[in-house]
Amino acid sequence: MQGQMAISYFNEMYQGGEIRAPYSRLEGWQREMPSELRSLKQAEAEALFRRIGITFAVYGEGGDPDRLIPFDMFPRVFTHLEWLKLERGIKQRARALNAFLCDVYGGGEIVKAGKIPGKLVYQNEAYEKSVAGIKPPRGVYSHIVGIDLVRTGPDEFFVLEDNCRTPSGVSYMLENREIMMRMFPELFRQNRIAPVESYPEVLRRTLASVAPAKCDREPTVVILTPGHFNSAYYEHSFLADLMGVELVEGQDLFVEGDFVWMRTTEGPQKVDVIYRRIDDAFLDPLCFRPDSMLGIPGLMNVYRSGGVAIASAPGAGVADDKAIYTFVPDMVRFYLGEEPILKNVPTWQCAKDDDRGHVLDNLAELVVKEVHGSGGYGMLIGPRATKDEIALFRQKIEEAPENYIAQPTLALSTCPTFVEEGIAPRHVDLRPYCLVGDRVELVPGGLTRVALNEGSLVVNSSQGGGVKDTWVLAE
Amino acid sequence: MLSRTAENLYWMARYLERAETMARLIEVGARMHLMPDTADGYRSEWESILHASGTAEGFDRKYGEAVERNIVSYLFFDRENPSSVASCLSSARENARIVRTALTLPVWDALNSAYQELKQIQRTPRSDLEIGDLTEWTNKQTALVQGTMAATLLRNDGYDFLNIGYHLERADNTARLMDVKYYVLLPDADYVGSGLDNYQWMTLLRAMQMHRSFHHAYGGEITPRKIVDLLILNPACPRSLHTAVQGATDHLHRLSRSYGSTTEAQTKVRGLLGELAETQVSDIFDEGLHEFLERFVGDVAAVGSEVSRTYLGGSRA
Repeated sequence: MQGQMAISYFNEMYQGGEIRAPYSRLEGWQREMPSELRSLKQAEAEALFRRIGITFAVYGEGGDPDRLIPFDMFPRVFTHLEWLKLERGIKQRARALNAFLCDVYGGGEIVKAGKIPGKLVYQNEAYEKSVAGIKPPRGVYSHIVGIDLVRTGPDEFFVLEDNCRTPSGVSYMLENREIMMRMFPELFRQNRIAPVESYPEVLRRTLASVAPAKCDREPTVVILTPGHFNSAYYEHSFLADLMGVELVEGQDLFVEGDFVWMRTTEGPQKVDVIYRRIDDAFLDPLCFRPDSMLGIPGLMNVYRSGGVAIASAPGAGVADDKAIYTFVPDMVRFYLGEEPILKNVPTWQCAKDDDRGHVLDNLAELVVKEVHGSGGYGMLIGPRATKDEIALFRQKIEEAPENYIAQPTLALSTCPTFVEEGIAPRHVDLRPYCLVGDRVELVPGGLTRVALNEGSLVVNSSQGGGVKDTWVLAE
Repeated sequence: MLSRTAENLYWMARYLERAETMARLIEVGARMHLMPDTADGYRSEWESILHASGTAEGFDRKYGEAVERNIVSYLFFDRENPSSVASCLSSARENARIVRTALTLPVWDALNSAYQELKQIQRTPRSDLEIGDLTEWTNKQTALVQGTMAATLLRNDGYDFLNIGYHLERADNTARLMDVKYYVLLPDADYVGSGLDNYQWMTLLRAMQMHRSFHHAYGGEITPRKIVDLLILNPACPRSLHTAVQGATDHLHRLSRSYGSTTEAQTKVRGLLGELAETQVSDIFDEGLHEFLERFVGDVAAVGSEVSRTYLGGSRA
C-alpha cells in the first residue's frame, strides 16, 4: 500500500457505527431537520452576521471588504471530562510561557541550565532587547494566550502553536454562541451547555488586575486598535463594547510627564492599562519603527518607568515563535516541575543538519511551515502537494533552512458539517483563550475552525475555513 | 468621551441628514420637471438642484449636459460625488462602524441594514427603479435610524454631539433647499408671484413634508412671505432654521452644563439664535432671500468649526 495509504481520521461524532455520547442529542436534531429549514436557517444565520456587522477583510485579496467568515451550524462538542483535562493543560502551558518570558527578560536561568540554546532566544527577531530587565506588573507578559489545538483520537490532543501576542477570533466564539442560541433554543434546553458569555468581564478584570503599582484608583483600561481598516476591527470594537472600555487609536493617546493620556471631549484622561491589538513594531515610533503612524511617541519610556501596563507586554512574541515552540514542554518541567499535560507535535528544525536530512528525505509526508509565517500562508502539505510544489520547497529549505520547520501530517479529527449534499465530516481545530492576570482563567469553550473544502486540512479563514460554535457540556 | 468618538457621532448624524436632504432635492427636481415646458430664459430645474446642492461643478466635469437620468445617477448613486445619497449613507455607516461601541445595536442595525439594502438597489437595473421609490426609500431609512436613536440611545454627551451634528446639518440643508428657488427664478424677477412661482413653493413644501402643516399653521393663500416665515422663523416647524439652531443651542448648552464650562461654541450659537429670534420676514426680503440664506449657511459653518475646534480635537485642557 505504497503512497496511497488511506489515513483514518477520528470522527468526533461517529465511532465504529456508534454515536459518541456528547453528540447523542444532535443526531436526532440534524436527522429531523428538513433540508428547506436547513437552508432557511443558514440564510438566517448569514443575515444575522451581516446585520451585526461581523465581517472579515483579508489583506490583499480584494473583493468584498465585508466578506463573512462562513458559519457552520453543526456544533462541535466536548464532554465535561474532556474539557477538564484540556483546561488543566492549557492553563499549565500559559503559566509556563509566562514564566519563560519573565526568565528570558530577567536572569535567563533556563538558558544557563542548558535547556534552551541562548542563540534561539536572544538572537530571535521577536526578542525585544529594549525591555530586558523590566518586570511587568504581576510578572505577566502574555495576558491572553491563544493555544491552537488539534485532536487525532479520543484522548489525543496536540498543541499546534501558541499565540502569546494578540490572538484574534474570540468575538466569533461569543457571536457563534449568540446566534446558535437565537436560532436553536431547543438545543440549549436539551443539552446542558456551559456558558461562555462571561469572557469580556473576565478579560476586563484580568486587565485591571495588572495595572501598574502607580495607579491608585480604579484603573482606566483601553483597547488600542490600528483602526477601522484593520481586518479584526470588528472584534476590537466588540470587545471594547462588552468590556465597557474605550477603543482608541494611536492618535487618541499621547505621553505627557510620566503617564499616557487619552484625548477626550473634556480634556486629557490618564490611561493605566493598554490592551493593544497592534504589533510591537508599531507601538512607539521613537523606540521601534520611526514610520509608524499607529503608535504613541514616548509610550515605551512611560512603560519602562511603570506608568502604564501594556497587554501583551512588548517582547512577549519570543515565546510563541515557532522555533521556541519545540521547547515548551521543557519549560513546563523547568518552571513548574510538572509533566506537560498537552503534547507538542513532533517538530523538525530544518536549521539542524540531522533534522534537515530527515525533512528533505520525507517532504511528501510532512507539513513544512515558515518559522515566522502565519495564516496558513507559506506552507507545504506534503501528501497534498504536487511534485513541483515539493521541489520548490526543497529549494527554499536548502537556501534558508533556518526559516523552516517540519511536522508530520496530523490526522486532524473531523466533525459533522453541513455541506451541499447534507452532512459530511470536515477537519477541525480549536483555539481556546486563556486569560492570565492575578489569576489564570479559561472560559469553557473556544473557537472551532473548520476546513470546509472536502479533504482540506487548512482551517484558516483566508483559505476556505469556517467557524463553528464550540460546546462544553456541563457535568 | 474620546474626542474622536464624538467626532464620528457628529459626522454620522450630519451624513445621515445630508442623505435625506439629497433625496428631498431629487424629489423637488423630479416634481418641478413635471411642470409644463418652461419658457426660455429659465435654467433647467435640474440644474438648479445641482447648484443648490453644491454639486454642479463635479457634475459638469463628469457629464456636462443636465439630463434627468444622469443627474439622478450623480445625486443618488455616484460614489465620486461625496454628497450623493449613496456616498452619504456609506459615510454615515462608516462613521458608525468606527464608534460601534458608542451606539446601541438597534441604531447600528438600522443603519447597517440601510447600507445593505442600498447595495441591493445598486445591483437593480436602473429601468426598474422609479425616482419616487428611491427618495421614499431614503426617507424611510433615515427615519428608521432617527427613530432608533431617539428610542434607544443613552442621553449622554455622545447623544449631544450626535444631535449637534444633526441640527447644524439640518439648518444648513433647509437653507440650501430654499435656495433652489433662487437658482430657478434668477433670470427673471417678473415670475415672482406668478402661478409658476407658487407651484415651485408648493413643491418645496411638499419635499419637506410640510405642505399639510403649512395649511394648519397659516391657512389661506400660499405666499412667499408665509413660506419664508414657516421655513426660517417659525419655532413650531420641525425643519425651520430657527428650530434647527434652537436644537443645536440646547445640546451645546447641555454639554457646557455636564462639562462645567462654557466655550466659544456656545457663545456663537446663542448669537445666531438670538438673531433669528429678532428677525422679521420683512428683514429677510429687504436683505434678499438668497443673500440672507447665503449668510446664514456661513454662520452655521462657523458654529460647526467652533465645535470641531473646541471638542473634537481633544486639545482642550
